[in-house]
Formats: sequence, structure tokens, C-alpha cells
Amino acid sequence: MIPNTVISVHNLVKRFGNFIANDHLNFEVYEGEIFGFLGTNGAGKTTAIRILSGLSEPTSGEVLVAGFNARKQPEKIKKSIGYMCQKFSLYEDLTVRENIMLYGGIYGMRKKEIRARTNSLLAKLHFEEYGDRLISSLPLGLRQKLAFSVAVLHEPRIVFLDEPTGGVDPITRRQFWEMIYETAAGGITVFVTTHYMDEAEYCDRISIMSEGRIVALDTPAGLKKQYHADSVEEVFIKIARPGKN
Amino acid sequence: MKRFLGFVKKEFLHIFRDYRTMIILFGIPAAQILLFGFVVRTDLQNARIAFLDLSKDELTLKISDKICSSGFFTREANLMSYKDVDKALRGNRIKAVVIFEENFSRKLTGEGKAAISIITDGSEPNMATLTTNYITAIVTDFNSEAVGTAAAGALLVQPEVSMFYNPSLKSQFMFVPGVITLIMILICALMTSITITREKEFGTMEVLLVSPLKPVQIVLGKVIPYFILSVVDVILILVLSWLVFGLPVRGSLALLLAEAMLYILMSLSLGILISTVARTMQQAIFISLVGMMLPTILLSGFIFPIENMPEVYGWISAILPPRYFIVIIKDIMIKGTGFLYVWKETLILVLFTLVFIGLAIRNFKIRLQ
Repeated sequence: MIPNTVISVHNLVKRFGNFIANDHLNFEVYEGEIFGFLGTNGAGKTTAIRILSGLSEPTSGEVLVAGFNARKQPEKIKKSIGYMCQKFSLYEDLTVRENIMLYGGIYGMRKKEIRARTNSLLAKLHFEEYGDRLISSLPLGLRQKLAFSVAVLHEPRIVFLDEPTGGVDPITRRQFWEMIYETAAGGITVFVTTHYMDEAEYCDRISIMSEGRIVALDTPAGLKKQYHADSVEEVFIKIARPGKN
Repeated sequence: MKRFLGFVKKEFLHIFRDYRTMIILFGIPAAQILLFGFVVRTDLQNARIAFLDLSKDELTLKISDKICSSGFFTREANLMSYKDVDKALRGNRIKAVVIFEENFSRKLTGEGKAAISIITDGSEPNMATLTTNYITAIVTDFNSEAVGTAAAGALLVQPEVSMFYNPSLKSQFMFVPGVITLIMILICALMTSITITREKEFGTMEVLLVSPLKPVQIVLGKVIPYFILSVVDVILILVLSWLVFGLPVRGSLALLLAEAMLYILMSLSLGILISTVARTMQQAIFISLVGMMLPTILLSGFIFPIENMPEVYGWISAILPPRYFIVIIKDIMIKGTGFLYVWKETLILVLFTLVFIGLAIRNFKIRLQ
């Protein structure tokens, strides 16, 4: 069976003056998979995500996201994706319901639909009593889970998670990944960056970037075999600091 | 459109939930008006003065009574000799000493002239000038009355000074337009630049930019609530100053509001421009306060007349938009002039608005690259 491609990138180059942030990237992401996007700080991950989410134009190359061209149809891409960044993305001075209503409205959902979705979401997270509380009164773990739920509220084809679990305790991280699995099982593709190597093990496939290039791309098991390593962490260190081995 | 309205509503919620924002929006304007209206006054009221009357005759008594019954001055002390003058002024309570020379009436009737000297406290130059002017005016007034009744054949040429538009020289006439000018730049430029940089700092701006909302919609959505509330503020200030100080709007109210909206628009675009430069809320506050508030207070002609400034400051003042709005609002409110008299200033404000919007768009695009 050939899986459906939701993101396809061919020879993507992004240049800032003389600096090449993305140097001929090539990869594909399939529908419903969890795609891990790893790399050291400054390797060019954020630049690539900004291009994939229609925020920034590629210098050259062909980028298709959810069937739309990143250069010509960024507005259409924006409607078919969800996004959650490492910094917190809900408004602290609004209540849980108001936040959901706001983002649902921004993505063009009808009020009735948002209300119904909100109720089932709060029930699922056992959040019912928090519905009318301000976000600022919730603990960080709850907020992060809520932010993820809001990012996929409009059922996008792809959701981009930029270091979603930064600063979160291990138990919440685990629960968070359960939510990611559930989302992917529902057919939404998850594109996630992380610095936690144990999280990388949970991904279906991972790519590792270094100095603007993708230097490895395979399943976690495949990479470990290729680099004769016991964990993704070991693979990562071998790739990021090849001279030291 | 529906996406957009939801977004505007959210901005209103931000404003109404944050008591600090509410204080800046409504508390500060009211406080400023009352403060400037009642406390910071440049007109005289019951200023304490002392007299050194060396002749103590009928005329000097009449003149000193006239000075004290004017309502501007109260007689704090009667001095006995020149030695007391310095002591009196050093006490800081007495703002001026009026001295009548010896044999005042005899000299006046005999030689046709007599001297009054006014000694003021130069460490408060404004007060000193005011006091001198007021006392001189009263004495001149007395002169002309005396000449009139005595019907002496001598033709005295008397300068006749009268203040148009603000005959009683109420200082509120000067401060209310100034406060509106200042408050609007404060609320619009400061608040919009803060609210936009706050989204940047909290990371919500990124989420908004990735959403289907267009950047123009994001900026408009953040600015529209402040526009509406600022217009409400202008009306509030006008009503307040009318109720408390009886300050009229002599010109067209519609024209005044239209000009105020233009000025608000200009300040908002300045706020947007600041937010494209500032990375954090602190930077935004700093730029708005130091870059806008201080020059507005000092150089816009709000307190210190531009004509009296050294030339260089005059040039700086020329690039400050509030300077032009102060002219517009004073003309309409106090002189009651129409659009024909303020079209130049209006055009300048329009140009400022366009330049600020243009620069903001350019900066925004560079950042998105």
C-alpha cells in the first residue's frame, strides 16, 4: 500500500543574505504519521517549519503542504494546518471557553459547532469544571494539553508542534504523547520538533538536521541499526558531533 | 468577516479584564483634566503681596485697595522700610512687593508723575511676570479712571490691552486642549504598541500569523477597540471640562470630533510603527514614553510657547505631530474657527499618518521575510 503524501519537499533552499538556513532539503511526510523533526539549535528547523506553515517564502525549491504550493497558496495552507509553538499559545486573561471560541472562530468554524466540540473536548479531558476559569489559573500541564486540543480543534490535515513539551513534567509529557497518538490515529498528521530524545523514539519516522541539511531520515529502529546505536540519543550525538567518535 | 469580529471581541475582553489598562484609558484622562485644571494654574488667584507705602496718602491707599480688591491679590503685609523688602520675599509666601515713593500724591498732581516700583521674586519667573503684568494693568486702569474723572486737559496715550477668546485668562482654556492632545498620544501610541508587542512576547502572535487571519486583520483587530475607546475618551474629557470648568466648544463639534479621530488614527499608526521596532513590552513603553510623551509635553507648545524656544527646538517641534493638533483643537474649541483655518495642519496630520502606516508595513514585511 502506498501511503498518501501530505507534505512533499524538493530541493528546498532558504537563504538570508549569505547565510543558508535550509540547504536543499528533500523529504516527504505521509498521512497520519508522527514525523519527528530533530536537530541542534540553529540547525534550521524553525526556518523549515515557518516555510511549511506558510509564514515565510522559500528562496527556491518545490514545497507542497496538504496539496498546496507554499509559495503561491500560503493562505490555503494556513487553513489546512494547526500550529502550536514552544511558547505558550493561549490567552491567560481569557477563560478556557473564550479561548476555544476565539480560535474556532479564527478558523471559520460555526458557533454551534464550536460549542458542541468544546463540550466534548472538556468532557474528554475531564476539564468540565475548568470551562469558565481563566487560563492563568490553570497549571502549566493542563494549559499545554488544552493548547494542543485547540490546535487540532478545526480538524486540520497536519498539525505542527514546535517543542510542545518544553518545561512540562514527565507525567504530563506522557499524557501529552498519548494525545498525539490519538490524534494521529484519527488521521491528522503530526509534525513535531523536540529536544527530548525519548520522545523521538515515539515517532514513526524522524529526520535529523545539522547545519541546514537533513543528514538522516528513517524510522527510529532503522537509524539505530544504520548507526550501530542503542538509542536515538546515541544516533543524534554521533551525527551532531561526528568528529568525537 | 466573522473571524475578524471574534478577534476584535477578544481584544475588548483583554482591555476590560485588565484594570491597569482601564485606569490608563479612563482614570488618567479624568485625573489629568482635574489636576491641570485645579492645581497647575498659570492665572493668578489670591497671590500674596506686600506693600511698602512711604507716603501713605489718599491716592496710594486707593491704588493699593484697588489692587487688593481685584481678586488676584491679597494684602499679606505692610512693610515699614526698604530693609523689610528682602526679608519679605525670602519668606517665600509673598510673591511681590509694591512700593510707593514718598510724597506720591503731591508729585503726581504737581509734576504729573509719580513712581510705583514692583519688586518680584525672580526665582519664579512665570509668577514674577504674571504678577508684574497684573499689577501694571491695575495701575494703568486706575490712571485712566483718574484722568477721566479729573478731566484734565492732558491727553494721555494709554495702551489698551485686551485678551480675545479668553478674556479672563483662564488657564483651563490652555490645558484642556493640551491634555486631550497628550492623552490621545499616550493611549493610542503607548497602548497599541504594548498590546501588539505583548502578543509577540507571549508567542501568541506566531499562532495568529499561522492562522488564516491576514496580518492586516490582526493589526486592525488590535487597533479598532482602542480607536473606539479613544473617541469615547475625547468626548469624556470634553464633557468633564465643560461641566467642571465651563469650557465651551465654540466651533463646530462635528469638525472637532473629526479632527480628533484623525489625530487618534495618526497616533495609532505611530503605535503600530513602534510595535514593529520594539521586541518587548518594555522597549515599547520606553520608546512611547521617552520618544513621545516628553517631547509632547515640552516641545509641542502645550506648556511652553514654540515662539519663545531656541530655533533648534523649534525644528524638533516641527516633526512632532501633537504640535499641529494643538493648533487645530485650540482654534476650533476656543476661537471657534472653521476648517478653512486649520486645513494646513490637518493635511500635515494626514501626511504623518500615511508615513507612519507606510513605514510600519515596510518593517512588518521585512520581519516576515
